[in-house]
Amino acid sequence: MSVAIPNVPARTSRRRGILTSRKGRVGFAILLALIAIAAFAPLIAPHDPNAIDAARILAPPDLAHPFGSDALGRDVLSRVIYAYRVSLGVAVGSTLLAFLFGVPLGLYAGYHGGWVDTLIMRPIDMVLALPALLLAVALIAIIGPGSDVALLAIAVIYLPILARVVRSSTLVVASQTYVEAARARGTPSRRIITRHVLPNAIGPAIVQATILMGFALQIEAALSFLGLGAQPPTSSLGVMLADGRDFLTQAPWIEIFPGVAIAITVLAFNFFGDGLRTRLDPRGVAR
Amino acid sequence: MSPRGRFIVRRLLLAIPVIVVMSVFVFLMIHLVPGDPVQTMLGFRATPHNVATVREQLGLDRPLLAQYLTWAGGLLHGDFGQDFISHAPVSTLLAQRLPVTIELTLLSMTLAVLVGVPLGVRAAARPGAVRHLSEGLVIAGIAIADFWLGIMLVLLFAGIWQVLPPSGYVPLLKDPIQNLRYLALPVVSLAFGETAYILRTTRGAMDEVLGTPYISFLRAKGIRERRIVYRHALRNAAAPIVTVVGIQFGVLLGGAIVIESLFALPGVGRLIVTSIQQRNYVVVQGGVLVVAALFILVTLLTDVLVGWLDPRIEEGAAA
Amino acid sequence: MSDAILTLEHVDVGFDTDDGSVSAVSDVSLSVAAGEIFGLVGESGCGKTTLAMATMGLLPVSATVSGSVRFQGRELVGLPPEDLRRLRGDRISMVFQDPMTSLDPAFPIGEQIAETITAHRDVQRSHARDRALALLADVGIPEPERRYGDAPHRLSGGMRQRVVIATALANEPALMLADEPTTALDVTIQSQILDLLRDLRQRLRTTIVLITHDLGVIAQLCDRVGVMYAGQLVEIATVSEIFRAPRHPYTQALLAALPTQHQEPGSLRVIPGRVPNLIAPPPGCRFASRCPHVMDVCTIVPPLAHESADHLIACWLSEATREAGRPTGAATGGAA
Repeated sequence: MSVAIPNVPARTSRRRGILTSRKGRVGFAILLALIAIAAFAPLIAPHDPNAIDAARILAPPDLAHPFGSDALGRDVLSRVIYAYRVSLGVAVGSTLLAFLFGVPLGLYAGYHGGWVDTLIMRPIDMVLALPALLLAVALIAIIGPGSDVALLAIAVIYLPILARVVRSSTLVVASQTYVEAARARGTPSRRIITRHVLPNAIGPAIVQATILMGFALQIEAALSFLGLGAQPPTSSLGVMLADGRDFLTQAPWIEIFPGVAIAITVLAFNFFGDGLRTRLDPRGVAR
Repeated sequence: MSPRGRFIVRRLLLAIPVIVVMSVFVFLMIHLVPGDPVQTMLGFRATPHNVATVREQLGLDRPLLAQYLTWAGGLLHGDFGQDFISHAPVSTLLAQRLPVTIELTLLSMTLAVLVGVPLGVRAAARPGAVRHLSEGLVIAGIAIADFWLGIMLVLLFAGIWQVLPPSGYVPLLKDPIQNLRYLALPVVSLAFGETAYILRTTRGAMDEVLGTPYISFLRAKGIRERRIVYRHALRNAAAPIVTVVGIQFGVLLGGAIVIESLFALPGVGRLIVTSIQQRNYVVVQGGVLVVAALFILVTLLTDVLVGWLDPRIEEGAAA
Repeated sequence: MSDAILTLEHVDVGFDTDDGSVSAVSDVSLSVAAGEIFGLVGESGCGKTTLAMATMGLLPVSATVSGSVRFQGRELVGLPPEDLRRLRGDRISMVFQDPMTSLDPAFPIGEQIAETITAHRDVQRSHARDRALALLADVGIPEPERRYGDAPHRLSGGMRQRVVIATALANEPALMLADEPTTALDVTIQSQILDLLRDLRQRLRTTIVLITHDLGVIAQLCDRVGVMYAGQLVEIATVSEIFRAPRHPYTQALLAALPTQHQEPGSLRVIPGRVPNLIAPPPGCRFASRCPHVMDVCTIVPPLAHESADHLIACWLSEATREAGRPTGAATGGAA
């Protein structure tokens, strides 16, 4: 409502950290824990994920095996921890790859404009005109299945999204007075881009990439579930979900826990991303 | 021509290069396969004679451009090539499978819109319980992967309560009731995340509109709140909501690939996945092409609809 | 004033914000006589718009209003929302500052006037349409029949403000609150709109409360004027009196800051100092920190008192204020 509220000083936060919101800090804390679990999987997993135990086939959860056992009697908790390692690796790797290529493309398109912009953004818009998962599936159809291919496919889906975000924030930054001043001083454009534009335009892309990283786990799981991602003997969360399907009613724990792991990760990345937004993408909040 | 008419024609023309580029990409798929695609397709037990026949059948020994033109020309006549496993025309396969995919995605989107938009409107119009509820729904919708939700629904409705079939399909025209029973779980799994997304979009768009001076002016005019929200605010929030629905249709088409496989629905998505496993590239090409074309069509329709909904487009085009 | 149409007594408006409660309007009392144009002047953020919104019952839920707002003898503070809605747009209407954003961009302008009528009167749609067409003609829109179906963006700013005014007049209200009705417009259009308001007042005898930061507008249009500073009402007088003999130091400073024809180009006189923070405003007169005549007693809120029959002032420099403040004044900084 457009009520003139008199003289309220601009909301200043008393907290100086990068994470101003509680949600963001919660997300960050969960993420740290998840990353630690993935990194120290061998130390954390209570059992050998591949140890077959004929006595424990489809055994329900108990104290020693909190997530139960699968069709070969393997410990589901340990398998989730190891599979999570693979899934998180694909999610982080794909997003970083997309970030690495998408950011410079968006930056150059946005800064130079004109034909450079057209040359870069037209193909990127074409990719965005296709359903993302279909594109990933089509790429895997060509190259063949595998977790590294899934990583690449997710990177291909993400690159245009990140390039677009960087391009639009670059457009705003490039029209700021300090950039024009640098240009007027005759600063070489490469230096302007790296010194002035990049640091000010990259915030929204970091926020976006953080959130995308979480969703990458969902995409990886979907691809692996279809048999298009990680291939046995490598196990990812999606592979686990595919393997456990036939025993769904007898041993639902095989299906429940990998999905919960995905959901928690997606949320943690989302909350963390939202927390970063206040600081890195104030425009997105303000307008 | 009216500015609005010009806007629509311009959108139609913009779709053409997208379709062409996409067809080139799909055409090149088969050529980008590492090694000899025909050998890969037929497996290593295939005789050299067989390989030569299929290669000729696909015209793989001719120059690339000539191949593309022949192939694209065939597409224009509805010729998607031949499935070398069943020897059926790919177009026949697609014609059988496409209605399933369309029914699945359309039902899902309809459900998502019917639940998401009213909840989003109410969450924006009267903060309180509905807003908290919608917040929870949005979070759940973001976190829960559609196919995992599908697995959980199968566990509950087919495994434990046994009220709905776990998988399978009955054509709509054969038995509409059975058809819906088979589609219920796939549709809900696919629609859930979408509902959350549309709810969030609607709520955001409504929040923005409800904060504008013209809404305050409507209140100052003594218009009833109901009318302000549903006639004025929703009408103005419609353009962004429709835009998102269009974009999200692509997400649904992608999700349908997984959901169809999970529920053994004979749609294009499942066709693509099984064909990839069989290295049946001609069918993969046809499937990818059809789904992509469907999405481009939907995008086009939403653009036209948004152009019609948004009064400012007229102004922008005229300027 | 027995023929008062609007009477405000000890009105306080606070907003809850994350940083604390903002005192946007503090202890404002005034009354507007039927048929007059009452000006409310002050810098942006002084609470004049908030006061108007409080009268209309249009403040957001974060706002708390206390005191009394009586319209035609009826208390509006605490009135059920539906009763307030029935008054809005019917007996009391409002014109907003920016005509570019006041109209629903997706609706034809004619319908936006007609719906104001059907919202309050049980009439045929065709009747509402006819009335809307007559109103469009009334406010000087050429070819109303042709314009009726136009979307707002097809009209210029001045034309849109005419439509807004026509909407505000649709049900022949007893009172119209006009919040900076000309501020967003070009200078030439501004005077056209002011002419229109003056003309409408003469023909329709609508009481108008005109909110503005522009003393020029006050001089052109108003009968009486109230001066607000940082949420407090500091002076009320007839327009001629205000310009001839301003009594409150803030009013004096405001008038002194007006650019004149004899002034050297580029030299603008300004009031030194800053508007106080309204989250924790200093006790007493809020102008004290900038006032050249500041005294110890200024930490107590000066009550608004009659200096003469139609000149009220809230300043300890005034004998009338000192008189009014004597019995209870030293008690608190709250309602006097």
